[in-house]
Amino acid sequence: MSTLKTLNGNQSIAEAVRQIDPDVVAAYPITPSTAIVETIAKFKADGLITSEFVCPESEHSAMSVCIGASSAGGRVMTATGSQGLALMWEMLYIAAGLRLPIVAAIANRALSAPINIHGDHSDTMGARDSGWIQIYSENCQEAYDNFIQAFRIGEDLKVRTPVFVGLDGFIISHSLEVIQVEDDAKVKKFVGEYKPVYPLLDTSRKMTVGPIDFTDYYFEHKRNQIEGIENAPPVIEAVGKEFGQKFGREYGFFEEYRMDDAELCIVVMSSAAGTCKDAIDELRSDGKRIGLLKPRVFRPFPHEKIAEALKKMKAVAVFDRSSSPGAFGAPLFTEVRSALYDHKERPHIVNYVYGLGGRDIKVEHFKEVALKLEKIAETGKVEEIYGYINLRE
Amino acid sequence: MIEIRFHGRGGQGTVVASKIMADTISKEGNYVQACPEFGVERRGAPVFAFIRIDNKPIYDKSRIYNPDHVVVADPTLIEAIDVTEGLKEGGYIIVNSEKKPEELKFPEKFKVATINATEIAIKHNLGTLASPIVNTAMVGAVVKILKLAKIESVLEAVREGVPVKPKDNAAAAKEAYEKS
Repeated sequence: MSTLKTLNGNQSIAEAVRQIDPDVVAAYPITPSTAIVETIAKFKADGLITSEFVCPESEHSAMSVCIGASSAGGRVMTATGSQGLALMWEMLYIAAGLRLPIVAAIANRALSAPINIHGDHSDTMGARDSGWIQIYSENCQEAYDNFIQAFRIGEDLKVRTPVFVGLDGFIISHSLEVIQVEDDAKVKKFVGEYKPVYPLLDTSRKMTVGPIDFTDYYFEHKRNQIEGIENAPPVIEAVGKEFGQKFGREYGFFEEYRMDDAELCIVVMSSAAGTCKDAIDELRSDGKRIGLLKPRVFRPFPHEKIAEALKKMKAVAVFDRSSSPGAFGAPLFTEVRSALYDHKERPHIVNYVYGLGGRDIKVEHFKEVALKLEKIAETGKVEEIYGYINLRE
Repeated sequence: MIEIRFHGRGGQGTVVASKIMADTISKEGNYVQACPEFGVERRGAPVFAFIRIDNKPIYDKSRIYNPDHVVVADPTLIEAIDVTEGLKEGGYIIVNSEKKPEELKFPEKFKVATINATEIAIKHNLGTLASPIVNTAMVGAVVKILKLAKIESVLEAVREGVPVKPKDNAAAAKEAYEKS
C-alpha cells in the first residue's frame, strides 16, 4: 500500500533508492545533494539496503567507481550537483560511451565563480552533450517518480544510456512536501531485476572494456551510442504510461497546463513551472488565452512533439535557468526555436534567462512576460529576442 | 492559502520545527510546503523558514514575501531584524517571550501573541539552560493560536518527528498548546 510521507526532495530520492536497492551506490557529498548520500548511508548502516556503499575521495572517483561497478554488471547510482558534476565531467562521457545505464540524481546548482550553492541548471546544461538522458522534476513527488522510472529507461536494451534526474537545489532538494511513497514490493517489481549485458564478472566470456578506437571505428561506435539515446523516446513514453497504470501518475515528455485554446505559451522546466501554474491560473481568470508547457525530458529532446504543441501559438516565451554565453539564446530556447524552424506556421518566440544562482522567480514575473507576449501577438513585432528576469541592470 | 514565516536562530531547531509543522498539517488532510533551509546556516545566526498551507495542491515555489503570520522563536531577534517585514495587516506575530503581548510594542495593525517557550523547554529538559530547544513548544503554540490542527495531530507529529526525547517534546508541545 502506498503511504503519504513528508519528505524533502533529497529524502524523496533516497526513499526511491531504498526501495530499488541498487547493487552499488558510489557518491561524494556536495551541497545541495548531500542529504541524498547521508540518508543512503544511514539506510546502509541500519541494514535497510544491501547496496555496496562506496564513499570515494572525489566526484571524479565516484563516477569512476560507478563505471567500474556498472561494467562489472551491477545496477549503479550516484548523486551530486554543481562542482561535483563538473568534476565528473570526463567520466560522464565514458559512462555514456561505454553504454552503462548508471542513474545519477542531480540537485541542480549554479557553477562557480562566484561561489554559490543555490539552484540553477548550469550544471546539467553544461553536461548536455555528454550523452546522458536528462529528466527534470517540478517537485518532490516528480523527483521520486522520475528516479524510479530512470532505471527502466536507461537499462532498456535498445537504450543502454545513463540518466540524470534533476531536482532544483534547495527549492526542491530542501523543501518538504507530502508525497505518495509507493509500496516497496510494487516499486521493486516495477523496476525489475537488472540483467547486465556483457558483465566483466562473467568470466566465461572474457572481454575488454574501453579499448582504443582510432580513425578506424571510433566514428561508428559513436554513431551506435547516439542511436541508443535516439531509441529512448518510445521507451520513455511506455515507461511513463506503465508508471501511470501502476501508480496513478502518468508521465510523458512534457506536461501541458491549460493549453487548450491557448494562443500564448510559457515554456519552463522544473520547480519554476509550479510557480508558473499559479500565474497561468490568474491570467486565465483575467480572460487571457495562455498556457504552460513544462518539458520533463530535455535529452533526448522531444523536438517533434514540442513543435506540434507550439506551432499554432501566436507567441511563446522560453524560460532558461542557465545561460550559454555568446550563444543565440540559452539552451532550452535554442532547442525549442530550432524544433519549430521547419513548420510553415510557427509562433514568435522569445527567451528569458531567470533564476541564476537561485534568484527567486515569482508569479508576477510570469505575468509581466505574459503581457509582453500579448503585445507581440497583437503587433507581430518582437522588440527583444532574449532578456533577463528579476535582474538588476 | 496561509503563508507563515518562521524566524529562529541556527541551532534552535527551525528545520525540525518546519518538519513537525508540515507533518501536523498533513495529518489533518491539508496540503503543505515547508522550505526550512535557504543557505549556509551558522549556529546563532538568524535563520528563517517558509510554510505554506492550503486545502488544495500548492504549486508556488517562490519565497514568501508577504506572510499572513510570522513566528519568532528567539525574542532577541526582534532587536536584530525587522520580523514584521512584509507581514499582512491583521496578521499574527507569535513570539517566544516572557512578556505580555502589549509590552512588545508592535504596531497596532498586527495581532501579537506571546508564549514563554523557553521556560517550557527548560521545564521539560529540552536543550540546556543556556540554549534551550524551543521548537516543539513553539509549534504547539502556533498550531493552537492559528487554529491549524487538533492537539492529537501535533503530538503524533512531534513523537514521530523529533530526533531525541519524543515524550518530553510532546509534553512541551502540549503545555504550549494548552497555555496559548
